[in-house]
Amino acid sequence: MAKFEALTGNNAVAYAMKQINPDVVAAYPITPQTSLMEKFTEYVADGEIDTEVVLVESEHSAMSATVGASAAGARAMTATSSQGFALMWEVVYIASGLRLPIVMPLVNRALSAPINIHCDHSDAMGGRDSGWIQLWSENAQEAYENMIQAVRIAEDPKVLLPVLVNFDGFIISHGVENVSLYDTEKVRNFVGEYRPKHYLLNAKNPITIGLLDLTDYYFEHRRQMADAMKNAYGVIGAIADEFKKEFGPSYRFIEPYRMDDAEIAVIGLGSTMGTLRVVIDECRAKGIKVGSLKIRVFRPFPDEELARLVSGLKAVAVLDRADSLNGISGPLFTDVRSALYGKTAIPVSDYVYGLGGREITLDNLRQIVTDLGTIAGTKKAPRESTYLGVRV
Amino acid sequence: MATLKELTKREPALASGHRMCPGCTAPIIVKLVSVAAQKPLVISSATGCLEVSSTIYPFTAWNSSFIHNAFENSAATMSGVEAAYQALRRRGKLKDEFNFIAFGGDGGTYDIGLQSLSGAMERGHDMLYVCYDNEAYMNTGVQRSGATPKGTYTTTSPVGKVQVGKKEFRKNLTEIMVAHRIPYVAQASPSHWNDLVRKVEKALSIKGPKFMNVIMPCTLGWAFPSDMGIEIAKLAVETCFWPLYEVENGAYKVNYKPKEMKPLTEFIKLQGRFSHLQKEANKNIVDELQAQVKREWEDLLAREKMTAPATPAATQ
Repeated sequence: MAKFEALTGNNAVAYAMKQINPDVVAAYPITPQTSLMEKFTEYVADGEIDTEVVLVESEHSAMSATVGASAAGARAMTATSSQGFALMWEVVYIASGLRLPIVMPLVNRALSAPINIHCDHSDAMGGRDSGWIQLWSENAQEAYENMIQAVRIAEDPKVLLPVLVNFDGFIISHGVENVSLYDTEKVRNFVGEYRPKHYLLNAKNPITIGLLDLTDYYFEHRRQMADAMKNAYGVIGAIADEFKKEFGPSYRFIEPYRMDDAEIAVIGLGSTMGTLRVVIDECRAKGIKVGSLKIRVFRPFPDEELARLVSGLKAVAVLDRADSLNGISGPLFTDVRSALYGKTAIPVSDYVYGLGGREITLDNLRQIVTDLGTIAGTKKAPRESTYLGVRV
Repeated sequence: MATLKELTKREPALASGHRMCPGCTAPIIVKLVSVAAQKPLVISSATGCLEVSSTIYPFTAWNSSFIHNAFENSAATMSGVEAAYQALRRRGKLKDEFNFIAFGGDGGTYDIGLQSLSGAMERGHDMLYVCYDNEAYMNTGVQRSGATPKGTYTTTSPVGKVQVGKKEFRKNLTEIMVAHRIPYVAQASPSHWNDLVRKVEKALSIKGPKFMNVIMPCTLGWAFPSDMGIEIAKLAVETCFWPLYEVENGAYKVNYKPKEMKPLTEFIKLQGRFSHLQKEANKNIVDELQAQVKREWEDLLAREKMTAPATPAATQ
């Protein structure tokens, strides 16, 4: 039986980690992730779980130790935010390249400079080509449930790629919500035992990990990663089905809202998608046929599903809580427009918002719906991003 | 200590067929270290000569489990392996016992990996870290590191019109590790193989973090004929440029005290990296180096005396 508890997002994710009870967790403090590992180490200190905790001296070492533990044959995790993710960047790529099924909550926060502790998605977007699967959460409940599914996705033999579980810094990590928590036995059964095929701590079959791969093999190994990422489509779907059967909630790659007869739609990810639904309901009441598409799985990118969902619409807008600084748009827009190219000719516009924790207001979102109405008429989207709620 | 006869019967972790340079002393060190171990090993290595020459896919020269992660994180990586070992043993998922040995060159240890090493040692992981110190970044083609002696020619500390090799003295990493107050720190040389093997045996008999710094003459970067490596390592010891000593729970023991300290020039004159120091104009640098060696040697002897276990007479 599920029980409800008022928890912050960080505590909900720490609770998921407690239920999963990984063999090894490496921890290093960084705002706004800190309270997650504080809570987790509390469980260990109280003897509720017996995870080996490695309290490292940097995030670079956090990911390095997690890689070592995972390669050794353990189920291993760490968690971070922002600069921490940036510091471990080198080893983030090694984790996926070595095909280690590490799960890492990333409590999304802006990147320096200027230094800022509040939410945006620059950290995760910096890792979008790193070979990590990326799940995104709208609230603490989703962060909790994404964690449980992430372990299965990462460890699936057809995948063997690390998974990032994203949730918005402070907004989700520190906001208190009523979270439905599942029975620990059920969660453990769902997650199962980790049984790696090859690992270091096998005296009978010693292995070498992290070899020098030159012009004759490197390309094939990178290609295998691309195949694994494609395999993840099927695996993520199958695990979501299993999760639904076991626990109830339905997870998809993209969650549509009021899309059945929609003419225009807003696409985005993270906590803002909840705020957006308020605006959509309001607009719907006025007769505006608008819906939203919340992207839960950003890597692998659900391009075909997205194209199917927007086909027949008159215009779509993308919400980007990060900027690519490429002279054109934010990163989500690039993927969305690329997914639609050749499949539909509808105009796609981009809105960069909320950098460094800047509030996104209902009025900001209303403006997008108004703009979409105009664009649907003119069939022409602006070439460049609109920056929402920023002083000129 | 295991006898030479016993040691020769053990299989080293590093097999023949690796692609280190002819005359390289690193494989000698690795083999000596690995035959001193009685349990199965997990070995890690920082990016560097040892790693790139022993693991060219699809081949490996390692008989033991081996992991290479990146340049600066051999220690942090091994701390994760060791943590996994503790967890899996505690949970009854693993029966075998292992020893854990992390390798790094001086670049990966003195410089870019110092933080990772310091953290792993401070956390108390049950592992031995071995630095094979060839006193420069050899894998990238001989650039100066924090371990390069003053006056040494490297490709980034050239001998030019206004600069004569490296401008700074090397740092003393062994003492930095002693300052971590870990149970065992030692300095060794492949020329004194029995001393080296005994130190590894001792290190592995102690639970907790251990560190060994081993001088590793490099035929390429030091510029000497490929059959001279061990001879040069021996001169490093006999000139007291590289003293053999160990620090067990804070107590120093100097393992080799030459009756007469050989002049540093004996060590210098055999190596191309010091050829410019033969010139009269650069004699001041040799003098500085010699004075530094002498100062550090005396300092070491003083530490040994200072930390010697109290004799019965002294306690009365």
